[in-house]
Amino acid sequence: MPEYAIQTENLTRKFGDFIAVDHISFEVQKGEIFGFLGANGAGKTTAMKMLTGLLTPTSGKALVTGRDVYTEAEFIKKQIGYMSQKFSLYDDLTPRENIRFYGGIYGISEEYLSQKIDEVLEGTGLKDQGDKLVQALPLGWKQKLAFSIAILHNPKIVFLDEPTGGVDPVTRRAFWEQIYEVAEQGITVFVTTHYMDEAEYCDRLSIMVDGRMDAIGSPEDLKHEFSASSVEEIFIKLARSAKRGDG
Amino acid sequence: MKSTIVVEINNVSKSFRQLKALKQVSFAVEEGELFGVIGPDGAGKTTLFRLINTLLIPDEGTLSVLGYDTVNEYKQIRPLLGYMPGKFSLYQDLTVEENLQFFASVFGTSVASNYELIKPIYHQLEPFKNRLSGALSGGMKQKLALSCALIHKPKLLLLDEPTTGVDAVSRKEFWDMLKMLKQEGISIIVSTPYMDEANLCDRVALIQKGSILQIDTPTSVVNGFTKPLLGVKASNTYQLLKALKSFPGSDSVHPFGEYVHYTEKDGEPDPKVLQDYLEQQGLQNVQIKLMDPAIEDRFMDLMHTAEEV
Repeated sequence: MPEYAIQTENLTRKFGDFIAVDHISFEVQKGEIFGFLGANGAGKTTAMKMLTGLLTPTSGKALVTGRDVYTEAEFIKKQIGYMSQKFSLYDDLTPRENIRFYGGIYGISEEYLSQKIDEVLEGTGLKDQGDKLVQALPLGWKQKLAFSIAILHNPKIVFLDEPTGGVDPVTRRAFWEQIYEVAEQGITVFVTTHYMDEAEYCDRLSIMVDGRMDAIGSPEDLKHEFSASSVEEIFIKLARSAKRGDG
Repeated sequence: MKSTIVVEINNVSKSFRQLKALKQVSFAVEEGELFGVIGPDGAGKTTLFRLINTLLIPDEGTLSVLGYDTVNEYKQIRPLLGYMPGKFSLYQDLTVEENLQFFASVFGTSVASNYELIKPIYHQLEPFKNRLSGALSGGMKQKLALSCALIHKPKLLLLDEPTTGVDAVSRKEFWDMLKMLKQEGISIIVSTPYMDEANLCDRVALIQKGSILQIDTPTSVVNGFTKPLLGVKASNTYQLLKALKSFPGSDSVHPFGEYVHYTEKDGEPDPKVLQDYLEQQGLQNVQIKLMDPAIEDRFMDLMHTAEEV
């Protein structure tokens, strides 16, 4: 039996009469790069909040790393990493201090953390910049650092919320290589993006429309299913069918 | 018909303490043009917009907008501009309609007198006209901000990253609106980090680290990419990237959607030799085909050259 990183069944969240997430059922396999797409207002953020233990569902089931989001949210939070476009590094701290700070939050032991700091600085190529303030670093390096910090505590899953917004094309690609590397280590990657070419890099992806999950599969299978030549084409087809608009 | 210059920038530099935000930038935008400023975060796009809209003064060089100097004649320029900043800057505690009325009155006009121009954009918002603007979704905020920037019928529209963080469908709709405004004769300067949007402009300036890499029509920019380009695909993209990078003679290796774009240092890569090598490396389902370069290929190419100099 395959083990899932994420498993949901009819997962639903309402705000008053508004059904933000409408009975979504899907699985993400361990070690997979899973793309989570959808138009603005389709319900992605709400779904992600439920999966990261920040928002309780209205109904339905969701297991993240095998744990129940209703009763074990605190446990889930320790098992996952999270990085958003506004990668919450402290600009007025050095890379070394940032790593130490987040290591402390995740309760990493002092001994292991010292070793980890060197590892991260080495791995990100920031060894010589370790004691400069983060604000002085180019965006690409900040991004690398933020990603390394998001997986500092060896999470089982890392959630990346539009991690590549606004960065230059070279850095954007370097970031995807980092994603591949992390997936190769066995960490499941759950990623949202507005760049449709990036959707093609995922092992599997889903597209949300009006709170529902209207498509899920590998890029290749989906192109076949929707007789489209690119993920962008499928996305536009589906998003245009949306009824609720983004108001 | 003789073309008129609406924006002329001569050797403009601007620094913030040690940071050189713009370095000797020069270009001109013609009347009625849809001109794109394409570059990543931190390239200097916003500084450029603030110099054009007279909110900043250049350290060196001059800017002329609609025939007026941005430093000495800013008062003449401002009523003629519509500016949509990158950050949502409407009053969140006013309703949709109140925001629009406010901006109209600031420019000494009324919503009614310019309604025709904004109608195609604003009519989608009218069902929500009594909603507070802070409670609108991203796509709707963007439409309202554009309506407010247009309500005094500006001659020049400055849009700083209007589509950042917006989904692919809303982005398409937004560009359709720009095309329509262009037909109304409004000159537009728009910035974006999305390279694919460059194709929708008449001309583009590619900008990186405060310098202009190139200015041309999108087609000519792409044509600047002269190396033979291969698209390579295999079952495992990560392994493929590693294998391509270690292939002797390999120059650029960039994931590009379904295919990895690949060039070699000297001349033409041999697909057959490459295929054999990749299969030797244990890669499966290897497919290789000749590719047409995209604007992003050229941008990366130019970035690379700029860094070597």
